[in-house]
Amino acid sequence: MMQLSCPWCGPRNVNEFHHDGPLHHRPDPTATTVEEWRHYLYIRENPHGVVEERWYHAAGCRKFLVVTRDTRTNTVIPAEGESR
Amino acid sequence: MTRPDNPQPSFRPPLLRRYSAAHLAARGLTQRRWPRSWRDHDLDSRYDVVIIGAGLHGLATAYYLAANHGITNVAVVDKGYMGGGGSGRNTAILRSNYLTPEGVRFYDRSLRLYEDLAAELNYNVMFSRQGHLTLAHNDGALRTMRWRAEVNKVQGIDSEVIDPRQIKELVPHLDTSTDTRYPILGGLYHPPGGTIRHDAVVWGYARAADHLGVQVHQNTEVTGIDVTDGKVTGVETTRGDIATGTVINCTAGWSTIISEMAGVEMPVTTSPLQAAVTEPVKPFLHTVVVSGTLHVYVSQTDRGELVFGASVDPFTSFSTRGSLAFAEGLAGNVLKLMPALSGMRLLRQWAGLCDMTPDYSPIMGPTGVDGFLVDVGWGTYGFKAGPVAGEAMADTVASGRVPEIIADFGLDRFSSGRLVGEKGAAAVGH
Ligand SMILES: Cc1cc2nc3c(=O)[nH]c(=O)nc-3n(C[C@H](O)[C@H](O)[C@H](O)COP(=O)(O)OP(=O)(O)OC[C@H]3O[C@@H](n4cnc5c(N)ncnc54)[C@H](O)[C@@H]3O)c2cc1C
Ligand SMILES: [Zn+2]
Repeated sequence: MMQLSCPWCGPRNVNEFHHDGPLHHRPDPTATTVEEWRHYLYIRENPHGVVEERWYHAAGCRKFLVVTRDTRTNTVIPAEGESR
Repeated sequence: MTRPDNPQPSFRPPLLRRYSAAHLAARGLTQRRWPRSWRDHDLDSRYDVVIIGAGLHGLATAYYLAANHGITNVAVVDKGYMGGGGSGRNTAILRSNYLTPEGVRFYDRSLRLYEDLAAELNYNVMFSRQGHLTLAHNDGALRTMRWRAEVNKVQGIDSEVIDPRQIKELVPHLDTSTDTRYPILGGLYHPPGGTIRHDAVVWGYARAADHLGVQVHQNTEVTGIDVTDGKVTGVETTRGDIATGTVINCTAGWSTIISEMAGVEMPVTTSPLQAAVTEPVKPFLHTVVVSGTLHVYVSQTDRGELVFGASVDPFTSFSTRGSLAFAEGLAGNVLKLMPALSGMRLLRQWAGLCDMTPDYSPIMGPTGVDGFLVDVGWGTYGFKAGPVAGEAMADTVASGRVPEIIADFGLDRFSSGRLVGEKGAAAVGH
């Protein structure tokens, strides 16, 4: 099974995690335009290649982590300095 | 758009012969080879319309452009082989019992086109109207079903909520006892639903479109789209450049890649959906059975195999590798529904890419870039919609106006906030 390396728990099966998607910036609701807010709500990056994204270790330490993954093959690219 | 002004090529290969019982008998007796169903072509330098993606949607659009509007200078280009995307990998369930009036009307039109499709295309598409049953295992699901049944009935669709006793009569192998973890409380029964032979639909449209003069180009990958002053002027492919004023994006799971080439942002993400099939057994299941709570559905093919499906993999990806987690989860859930299947063997499993939208409805029509249209966002449910989407997209190109039947499904609904929420009827049901 595909595995992700949690900084706290080490390599774990992917079905312990919840996928949150590419990192994106939430505009300030008090200072944003409707167009910008809808963009934030609906438009998602759908990269065909390497993406930096957030996962949640739901069945583990319950911390969020950033994973670099190639969406064409699901290969996880280890962060710098990380040994796998 | 104006009618084609390109001269037709002076040499045209002989047109295909119609299939018939006499034709079948003659071929069978003489053992002569069947004629090819469609032709290969050199890529021309210009077409009136270029359709990207030779799946069901691209081919149906091409067919209706030619058949309904006489627009035949059309190229359908695909990076791989015809039907190699979702159109050759789906579980071919057809139904129209959706949740919104816009959705129900739209899918019902498609079902009606499917009814006459074998005759229209002169191709046996094996539409099996066995009925479609969605199970409710909790009060919330039952409530949504009552709502759906009422929306359906108002639109004239045969759809009703039935109780566990009626369910047992319809599908005796279902475990309807009340002491299970997920007891069956009721179901939404939709007699007009069923399954079809998906490859036959794809090949039938391809053959008929070819017959009318459309060119299908396999192994032709689109690598760029030329846009000048907000207007499409051409398409770049691995087999050469094409000049054209009209491009339709029918690439489903890959559609964000294509839209990006034209500078169009879309609220679409790609996730794999897996399915599996068992060894064939005697016919015992005469209804498509779906359980949203257990994330599983099952039907039996004419050959006797059981076809299983589930919901999409829980993260975005362009990889079509199957997983053991899927097969395990699926088997466990199927056995909760039908314990008698415990001795069955899975023959194979596979995955296809699904273009998911935030509201589980498709995106069809213009995009803001003149001449660049989309027919995407088909998620896990787009096979049943091929005929109506093709008909409506052809209409859009020919008339320059968006027909009413797809008017609510435009890309602009995400900026106007008028979403068409179908999650309650489309997340697992297909
Ligand atoms: C396992 C599974 C089960 C399903 N079950 C059902 C079901 O029961 N009922 C239902 O209604 N729907 C179902 N679906 C959904 C359905 O299969 C799809 O929505 C539908 O087939 C989409 O058809 P399409 O023609 O739009 O796209 P596709 O058939 O995916 O075709 C897209 C084509 O675009 C081509 N392409 C991509 N990039 C390029 C490029 N750069 N250049 C040229 N060509 C390119 C691809 O090669 C591909 O052939 C299921 C899907 C899956 C995966
Ligand atoms: Zn952890």
